[in-house]
Amino acid sequence: MQFYRSHVLICAGTPCILKGCGAVRDAFITELKNQGLEEEVRVVETGCLGPCDLGPVIVIYPEGTLYEKVKISDVPKIVDEHLLKGRIVRDLISEGSIPGIIPYKEPVYFGIQERIVLRNCGIIDPSSIEEYIARDGYQALAKCLTEMKPSEVIEIVKQSGLVGRGGAAFPTGLKWSFTANTKDDQKYMICNADEGEPGTFKDRLILEGDPHSIIEAMTIAGYAVGATRGFVYIRGEYGLSIDRINQGIQQAESMGLLGDNIFGSGFSFKLEVKKGAGAYVCGEETALIESMEGNRGEPRVKPPYPGTHGFLGKPTVVNNVETLANVPQIILNGADWYRGYGTPKCPGTKVFTMTGDINNKGLIEVPMGITLREIIYEIGGGIPEGREFKMAQTGGTSGGCLSGEMLDVPMDYFTLPEKGSALGSGALLIMDDSHCIVDIAESFMRFFVRESCGKCAPCRVGTVRLHEIVKKVACGDGTYEDLEILEDLGRTMRETSLCGLGQSAPVPIMTMLRYFKDEFMAHIEEKRCPSETCKL
Amino acid sequence: MNVVPADLNNVESIVNEIVTRHEGNKHELVAVLNDVQKTLGYLPESALIQVADGLDIPLSKVYGVATFYTLLSIKPMGKHVIRVCESAPCHLLGANSLIDVLRKELRISIGETTKCGTFTLEHTSCLGLCGVAPAIMIDDEVFGNLMPDDIPAILEKYK
Amino acid sequence: MKTVEDLERIRKQAKVMTKLREGGETTKVVVGMGTCGIAAGARETLSAIMDELARRNIQDVIVTQTGCIGLCEQEPIITVERPGEGKVSYGKVSGERARKIVASHVINGQVVGEWVIPAS
Repeated sequence: MQFYRSHVLICAGTPCILKGCGAVRDAFITELKNQGLEEEVRVVETGCLGPCDLGPVIVIYPEGTLYEKVKISDVPKIVDEHLLKGRIVRDLISEGSIPGIIPYKEPVYFGIQERIVLRNCGIIDPSSIEEYIARDGYQALAKCLTEMKPSEVIEIVKQSGLVGRGGAAFPTGLKWSFTANTKDDQKYMICNADEGEPGTFKDRLILEGDPHSIIEAMTIAGYAVGATRGFVYIRGEYGLSIDRINQGIQQAESMGLLGDNIFGSGFSFKLEVKKGAGAYVCGEETALIESMEGNRGEPRVKPPYPGTHGFLGKPTVVNNVETLANVPQIILNGADWYRGYGTPKCPGTKVFTMTGDINNKGLIEVPMGITLREIIYEIGGGIPEGREFKMAQTGGTSGGCLSGEMLDVPMDYFTLPEKGSALGSGALLIMDDSHCIVDIAESFMRFFVRESCGKCAPCRVGTVRLHEIVKKVACGDGTYEDLEILEDLGRTMRETSLCGLGQSAPVPIMTMLRYFKDEFMAHIEEKRCPSETCKL
Repeated sequence: MNVVPADLNNVESIVNEIVTRHEGNKHELVAVLNDVQKTLGYLPESALIQVADGLDIPLSKVYGVATFYTLLSIKPMGKHVIRVCESAPCHLLGANSLIDVLRKELRISIGETTKCGTFTLEHTSCLGLCGVAPAIMIDDEVFGNLMPDDIPAILEKYK
Repeated sequence: MKTVEDLERIRKQAKVMTKLREGGETTKVVVGMGTCGIAAGARETLSAIMDELARRNIQDVIVTQTGCIGLCEQEPIITVERPGEGKVSYGKVSGERARKIVASHVINGQVVGEWVIPAS
């Protein structure tokens, strides 16, 4: 294996691909050849590094220098100065020197972050199983299969306090034990990679950046619960994720890390990808299973739960991508180590995707319990153009909205629900004071009308009615009674809808009504949009 | 997403080949329809009938599944399908003005196909490209950080 | 792969690829690559260091470059820093000298006194 003195890591996550990282990579390869450095410097394409807004992003090691918004024309200078002469090209990393470049301070951005789930993202080449192994990959699987009983694996996960990161926050170890306790001859392990929650793209970037962590975790879970087959259900829109996982499965199979009698332990595990066909509701685990069985992706009536009656009626564990990515590290480092992060009630880290009116858009991983203020102003670099924070929506379109007075609430799966919001999948949509709440509400409700699967009446009819009423208010035709109907209808949907989609569809409206009622009232009483967004 | 009319003459053999690849397993219906759509560009009635036959399930069920998922279409699609993300993060950063430009440039509304059959314009749910919102997807290619002015040049690449 | 030992073997082999990106305590060799250094033959010095490390299969050494430190007449200059020890700078390091410094100082911790630039 060749020794290189320097590595140029080029982020090849989808956001950076969009910004032309491919051409930048080619430029590096050409320029390194020109300078005769191709034997000394290695160019590696990695998964997402996080600051998506600043792509194409590259990092040069061993210095760990981060260059952002790299243009092809910058490449000769970086190669000549940094890689040949060892001088960091300061004007390409400094802020504000070029119009349009957002000030970005690397130490702060990475400072409060803790990387467990994203430990390999942006560090390794996701298409190389060797690089994953070099970073202790598959060691956790080896440990489980050769030193631990399935019950011991479940016990560690239970002790760690890991809860589902897809949004429902169900204790992972407990979920596994339900399936482990069944006596069926065939059980299944499913990874839910049908990430459809607007504003969420963490799973995509984990799958693209560190596919083997998911493959390893699924095999561990399979061993723990006694499942010999696994499926990664990935939404059809995520082409690169599908390719990377398929490639990872092939590599693991050829090394004997998937397949029959892994590590000579007698345990066998087969993994394959199932591709979705475009339906938000399939993120709900029973709808996902329906889709895998070749049906419309409509949720099932629960109970029974998939843990005992899942895919093809067999006991099935369904875990989110991010949840699984935690597992190998928990196995390797122990439950106490994991509990060292986050809060006592909600240990570990959370991956957030920051979008909307925020300077540093992208992917971050922080300890549970961090406040919204820290995320926005310390990691996120604040609101652009010095505007005021107005509202944050946590947990995607089905999550709740937080107003300015909630900036210091700890963000975890137990505190936010007390405030009427939810941590959900980790989407963080930040809005400044230029936006109209009623207009945003209308956009949210339009989404649910389109995505309701139509199986149960409260959701099928309720989403349409909610949208009609909000639209009426936005057009200046609303009445005070309309707001009462919204509240009433919202309560009904929460209590009577079949699945999480219908239950959470009214949440944004209800929290907006709680915190921003005056804006609704301005549309109704004064026929005026305070931010002049609505066409009144 | 390319519709080659000649393909429509071979629906039977194309579908049979795909069904065989999935071992005639009725649980593979979504996968089969994904593959048929990829080959034919859309799901014509003849293909749905053939799928129902091949997997031994009722046509009504095949139709139900084919019309449930947004990436599947029973209507002929243009040569290129433009999907505009209209979820909140994109909405916030100006997805509406992108849609306005697209409608003006193509002279069609959402859900329609241009007369020449080159473009179909559709809404899509979140593409997971919120870090570079607003975003659109044309066939399998994604574009982000768009301004309305960027649209004509992008369309030109596909004409 | 059949055993945990196999996995460990692959891990050790592959470690070379990612080690560089992890930082931590390790020996560092810094080569002066200012214009003066390059003019004095620092490219050749650097290649010799790389080659010598590769030949000996040494993977946990960071080789990096720096600019001119103002002692142009001593170029090519290299600085060796082992964990817990002070920096030692060598002057007029030809390819041949570089190989000896790698063997003696970088690997075995024996400073090659005759080529050291004295701290004035």
